[in-house]
Amino acid sequence: MIARLTVAERQSALLILIVMSFLGLAMAAAGRGTPFGLHGFLVIAASIGVGLPLLRKFYAPEPDPAQFEQYYDDPTKVGIVLAMLWAIAGMFVGVWVAALLAWPDLTIDAAWASFGRLRPIHTSGVIFGFGGNALIATSFHVLQRTSRARLPDQLSPWFVLLGYNLFCVVAATGYMMGVTQSKEYAEPEWYADIWLVIVWVVYFLIYIRTLARRKEPHIYVANWYYMAFILVVAILHIVNNLAVPVSFGDFKSYSAFSGVQDAMTQWWYGHNAVAFFLTAGFLGMLYYYLPKRAGRPIFSYRLSIISFWGITFMYMWAGSHHLHYTALPQWVQTLGMTFSIVLLVPSWASAGNALATLNGAWHKVRDDATLRFMMVAAVFYGISTFEGSFMAIRAVNSLSHYTDWTVGHVHAGALGWVAMITFGSIYALVPWMWKRETMYSARLIEVHFWLALAGTVVYVFAMWNSGIIQGLMWRTYTDSGTLAYSFIDSLVAMHPYYIARAFGGLLFLLGAIVGTYNVLMTIRVAKRERAQSGGGTDVPSYGRDPVLQAGE
Amino acid sequence: MELGKRDPITGRVTTGHEWNGIEELDTPVPRVVLFFLTVTTLFAIGYWIAMPAWPLWSTYTKGILGVDQREIVARQVAEARQERAPWVDKIASMDFAAIQADPDLMGRVQLAGRTLFEDNCAACHGVKASGGPGFPNLSAKSWLWGGTPDKIAETIRIGINSTNEDTRISQMTAFGRDGVLDATQISNVVAYVRALSGPGSDDPAEAPAIAAGKEVFAANCVSCHGEDAKGKQDMGAPDLTDKYWIYGGSLDTVFTSVYSGRQGHMPHWGTRLSDVDIKILALYVEALRPQQ
Repeated sequence: MIARLTVAERQSALLILIVMSFLGLAMAAAGRGTPFGLHGFLVIAASIGVGLPLLRKFYAPEPDPAQFEQYYDDPTKVGIVLAMLWAIAGMFVGVWVAALLAWPDLTIDAAWASFGRLRPIHTSGVIFGFGGNALIATSFHVLQRTSRARLPDQLSPWFVLLGYNLFCVVAATGYMMGVTQSKEYAEPEWYADIWLVIVWVVYFLIYIRTLARRKEPHIYVANWYYMAFILVVAILHIVNNLAVPVSFGDFKSYSAFSGVQDAMTQWWYGHNAVAFFLTAGFLGMLYYYLPKRAGRPIFSYRLSIISFWGITFMYMWAGSHHLHYTALPQWVQTLGMTFSIVLLVPSWASAGNALATLNGAWHKVRDDATLRFMMVAAVFYGISTFEGSFMAIRAVNSLSHYTDWTVGHVHAGALGWVAMITFGSIYALVPWMWKRETMYSARLIEVHFWLALAGTVVYVFAMWNSGIIQGLMWRTYTDSGTLAYSFIDSLVAMHPYYIARAFGGLLFLLGAIVGTYNVLMTIRVAKRERAQSGGGTDVPSYGRDPVLQAGE
Repeated sequence: MELGKRDPITGRVTTGHEWNGIEELDTPVPRVVLFFLTVTTLFAIGYWIAMPAWPLWSTYTKGILGVDQREIVARQVAEARQERAPWVDKIASMDFAAIQADPDLMGRVQLAGRTLFEDNCAACHGVKASGGPGFPNLSAKSWLWGGTPDKIAETIRIGINSTNEDTRISQMTAFGRDGVLDATQISNVVAYVRALSGPGSDDPAEAPAIAAGKEVFAANCVSCHGEDAKGKQDMGAPDLTDKYWIYGGSLDTVFTSVYSGRQGHMPHWGTRLSDVDIKILALYVEALRPQQ
């Protein structure tokens, strides 16, 4: 892969790695013996880890110019594998913390293994590690195909992919050492945040530069969503993470916001992370891989437009529904609730557009687990957006807030929608990327599908029950006007559901492991086949011969 | 817009664009979508008119219903207080003996006391108040600072070795660490103390140690635990003759208690719980009986 970089790109890469090593060295020196210093060493190690293979091929000759006539898919390939590995890691920690909730005595006596430190590793691991890598990998693929343009250069996609993974590793290791801003989904501290801004700007520029060179007159819907995802996440990330570090040699920082302003900024961020990271980005995926796999045209272009602008406009207002009945002024709560309700319409329009696209291809949904993953994802997208709008209603929220219902809702979206569309897309994409007709095993896709679906259903039903019981117990009063149940009564009532949830999560994790095995085996088999046939099996799996054009 | 070919399955035409094989149909937006978009938007507008909704320069639109969440919660709290007043006021004004003589009030104390206890006390003393290592069993009737409701209420209010300025203070000397007693003396007094409540007392081999320990006890321990070893509740010194141990009754644990001393802590709840809540808790705890 490195030999495919141009000599100039290799030189630039080395320069970046040297600069990073010095930055890491400065961090290590400034934060001697602290987590900040350890992260400095991590940066050095990452730079060397990438630098060594780079140096080994550093003096390789310039690559064959013919490669610039083809799309650049190396970062996508690596991103797919990284996404699957993060899925296993993140979901494993998820099952771990679920087990801790059911059997708290199972913990080991180590600070890093405490529930409070493991939980963000799970959330960041699955959202940013798994989801983020899948988004980066698929966006590079979709961007090139729907623009009929090669990525503008070969270095910046690698910078984005590897830089992003460095961010994820710094985040997860930081949590273990107690490095956190204590803001949900925005836990990483200031130096990791600054790094992500740099990575993200480069990501955005790749998109802009490629779209600017596109050979299609129109920008396809999937790219609207990927663009919205990249642009809005940048804005959210920068604003919510405005903070003043204690010193440039220490990990600790203090937020620029305080009190209810901090809470509102955080949930404006938090809900739009759901909207633009976990929804818009994955709608981009849906809009490419579902019609492609089904071999059907999108049901309605006009519906796509209404949905896109509805979703992007309305979500921005919805964050305050996380702060109903708090010190947040009521008018802000009103706006959050009402926009959340209107938001249901474009959300369902998107889900409906996806499902109606399958008209004429339902026999494929029946036979093809890959397409079924995508279909079920669209259904769960509809379910969880309905639930979200419902829970945003103040009266409903007074029951659901702070309970497991919220956790169930998040997982209906994260497992049922985000993970399912990702697995479906990856199963469609992997054979294309590695030039094979099919995945290694269709049967294992089927196994994965049923594990994932069963796991999601068990999980979500357990948390619905648990959450509603919990909410009702907390608000039940005796005839004397005192609380009928103590908090621990509600814990006892939740226990069986916590066991069920851990089981559901375990099923989902097993599915991810099966999926990863299938992906890795596909890669292996593809390589073996290419070796046997002398590299001649360039299977044109696309609808037609790809019309490729030269890069810059 | 230049339209493309007709899709044979739906009968719709495409928009004429194609991206790597993907096409889009020119299907109009379904009426149902427009209908619900209108309905939800109208609902939102209606809600904005009725409720506090839009920010103005230095205020916000109050809504024609005049709803204010702060007023609502203040009213609901007042209403709840009103609802409880008939019996809460009695608890507040009556003395403990009078409350205990009133079965209706005691029934309410049992109900409210359980949730108060489990939400505030159970973390240390256990859901059944049976305690644990370092945390006294409250159902055992083996009191450190007195078991009448007013004594219990006072303990809850000011705590033990707490940060409250009136706190109850109690500390057992570290007889071994501070060099008051040597290891043999401690072993002997441990044998004696353990014999007081049973285990090991039948073993004739231990008799000499127990006898020696009795002398050590008389010289060092009686000032707090009393001549009869039944403890002194004005000093928070436990009764050593009953079968209840705060830190455990094993040889090692009692040795550690004598060697290193003990100083338990209980937070003060006077600033966190209301006077009525503390009264309810005192009555509830007083009425606890050992779980069989």
